[in-house]
Amino acid sequence: MSKELIRLRDVCMAFDDELVLDHLNLYFNDKEFLTLLGPSGCGKTTTLRIIGGFATPTSGDVLFDGVRINDVPPYKRQINTVFQKYALFPHLNVFENIAFGLRMQKRPDPSDPTGKRMVKIPEEEIRERVMEMLEVISLKGFEHRKPDALSGGQQQRVAIARALVNRPKVLLLDEPLAALDLKLRKDMQIELKRIQQQVGITFIYVTHDQEEALTMSDTIVVMDKGTIQQIGTPEDIYNEPKNAFVADFIGESNIIDGVMLRDKCVKMYGREFPCLDGGFAENEPVDVVIRPEDIDIVPVEQGQLVGTVTNVTFKGMQYDIIVDFKGFKWLIQTTDHSPVGSRIGIKIDPDGIHIMKKSQYSGMFGDYSSFSEEYDELDDASLAPDEEESGDEE
Amino acid sequence: MKNKLSRLTIPYVIWMALFVVAPIIMVVIYAFSSADGGFTLSNFAKMGTYAVVFTRSFKLALIATAICLLIGYPVSYIMSKEGPRFQRIAMVLIMLPMWMNFLLRTYSWMSILENNGLLNQLFQKIGLIALYNNVFGTDLQFFRMINTQGAVVLGMVYNYLPFMILPIYSVIVKLDNSLIEAARDLGANSVNVFRRVILPLSLPGVLSGITMVFVPSVSTFAISKMLGGGTELLLGDLIEQQFLGGAYNPQLGAAISLVMMIIVVVCMWVMNRFGEGEEQAVMM
Ligand SMILES: Nc1ncnc2c1ncn2[C@@H]1O[C@H](COP(=O)(O)OP(=O)(O)OP(=O)(O)O)[C@@H](O)[C@H]1O
Ligand SMILES: [Mg+2]
Repeated sequence: MSKELIRLRDVCMAFDDELVLDHLNLYFNDKEFLTLLGPSGCGKTTTLRIIGGFATPTSGDVLFDGVRINDVPPYKRQINTVFQKYALFPHLNVFENIAFGLRMQKRPDPSDPTGKRMVKIPEEEIRERVMEMLEVISLKGFEHRKPDALSGGQQQRVAIARALVNRPKVLLLDEPLAALDLKLRKDMQIELKRIQQQVGITFIYVTHDQEEALTMSDTIVVMDKGTIQQIGTPEDIYNEPKNAFVADFIGESNIIDGVMLRDKCVKMYGREFPCLDGGFAENEPVDVVIRPEDIDIVPVEQGQLVGTVTNVTFKGMQYDIIVDFKGFKWLIQTTDHSPVGSRIGIKIDPDGIHIMKKSQYSGMFGDYSSFSEEYDELDDASLAPDEEESGDEE
Repeated sequence: MKNKLSRLTIPYVIWMALFVVAPIIMVVIYAFSSADGGFTLSNFAKMGTYAVVFTRSFKLALIATAICLLIGYPVSYIMSKEGPRFQRIAMVLIMLPMWMNFLLRTYSWMSILENNGLLNQLFQKIGLIALYNNVFGTDLQFFRMINTQGAVVLGMVYNYLPFMILPIYSVIVKLDNSLIEAARDLGANSVNVFRRVILPLSLPGVLSGITMVFVPSVSTFAISKMLGGGTELLLGDLIEQQFLGGAYNPQLGAAISLVMMIIVVVCMWVMNRFGEGEEQAVMM
């Protein structure tokens, strides 16, 4: 099995008495692709800066291979960073940018038997390794360009090559794809994943794009307000979110108040629904997560719940419809068209219902009332019935 | 739109034509005229006798520029690393002397450097002069500081140092901190961060600092007169004499001005070319 490489132990970080990281406990395995995911300002960059050595935690330890490295300066860590804004050296061309780290390195002289004398990496080897890197990032022939003569995506790739060429044990990437357009982003996601598997090192990746996190990661760490909300594989995080924040942040979710009557039975809207979860107290109030794609539309008389369609948006692969159930609006994704104003029944399979304990986030997410209004402005006005407003006021 | 904008530039064009282009043209015409107005090259031929003044002027200006750079770069660098409060105060202190008239500043140096001026009185009090006499077996009443080349250089450095600090400081302070972090991340220690990132990226500031100190130093005249005591004649004094002084000869003055201007422009051009290449050279 993969072994642990980095550990953050009870790490806190405060700027001017404002706690930005609150007792972070986290470990990173060797050769793992781990993503820190969370909304803007939740402390992702700060966490990376602590690992990279650019910030010292207010309290707590950073361990690398079991050794405390809190006070080791960045240039002595076997960690390289791809910065949020690339930070390519404007006065150096692509070749020299990539070669920068190699020119800084010293290693034991192979011809010195005591192994104490340190020498620089010979020029031929630097050339070879830089050219090899240029191949990996498909930028052969660009070595004499200055960074400002490159497109955003090309600069991005140079920034990655500049870090990777040093063969670090860990690569930190701070929202490296944020500046790219959607198409290039998708390509680079695949490219990055390929590079990570090819060179076989640990990637610690920061993003606030949940889709990116789900596509690329082995492990996702969901953060909010300086605390870890959940750690798990993409599947875990998506299927078994721990609280309303995670459920809402990862994908679309309807989050409904319920009461756990007993194991495998939850009550919502005064009705009992069979589910697969258990281990709650009897009659414990819970948050119920139902993903939009797990809901089947059925004729009214067969429905577990019956509601009115208030909005329909065509999304290519499917329709996003907003359905009003007694004033609470759900998002349902379906391939069948149901016209606005029609009454529909829905059915949810037991494995489509996920039960979460109540948390500080309960009641904050998972209602699509505002969602439908946003869409009113985009859609043909005739699609939005007056009924919808009256529904809100109830 | 475009028309309107270009109309706005008219006052500047007129200004430039009147106060920059016209004087240069007049200097050129004068330089090639004889006293009675005919064309001649004799003004340039006469200049050979003043070669020593040219050399001295350029030598002193070079020394002053080098000293300004040696002082100015570290000051700018250290300043940019301090907090914003320190930076503001330091900036005011650097600018403060410049709010006073140039001649007044130089006069005050005269009274400091004079034979029985402030400095010599101080040296006397603390027994430095007596000590010197003891050690070297001399019989000095005072150290001779005024009316030397050193005093002239001191005056240049004092007066023009802010012109070195300001451009360098403004380049360094704007340096993107993430570049420095990137360099450290890639294994550069403090020395290498400075040598390979900060220094090459601050070069434009250094070049404009050098220009802004060297050019006025080369053509200065009041400083040499006041602190050099007229013994150390500089180009500026020479030119002044031709226009206002006893050796009235505006044609020769124009010719000297022209040659000086050409030498300065060539120096600056070469240096800027060198500067462009330097970015590569530093990293190699
Ligand atoms: N040097 C600093 N001084 C004071 N506050 C800071 C500093 N750096 C970060 N912060 C604060 O710490 C919090 C977390 O910042 P951080 O940069 O880690 O967020 P982030 O998760 O990377 O956000 P984003 O997705 O927008 O990049 C923010 O509230 C920010 O204002
Ligand atoms: Mg960030």
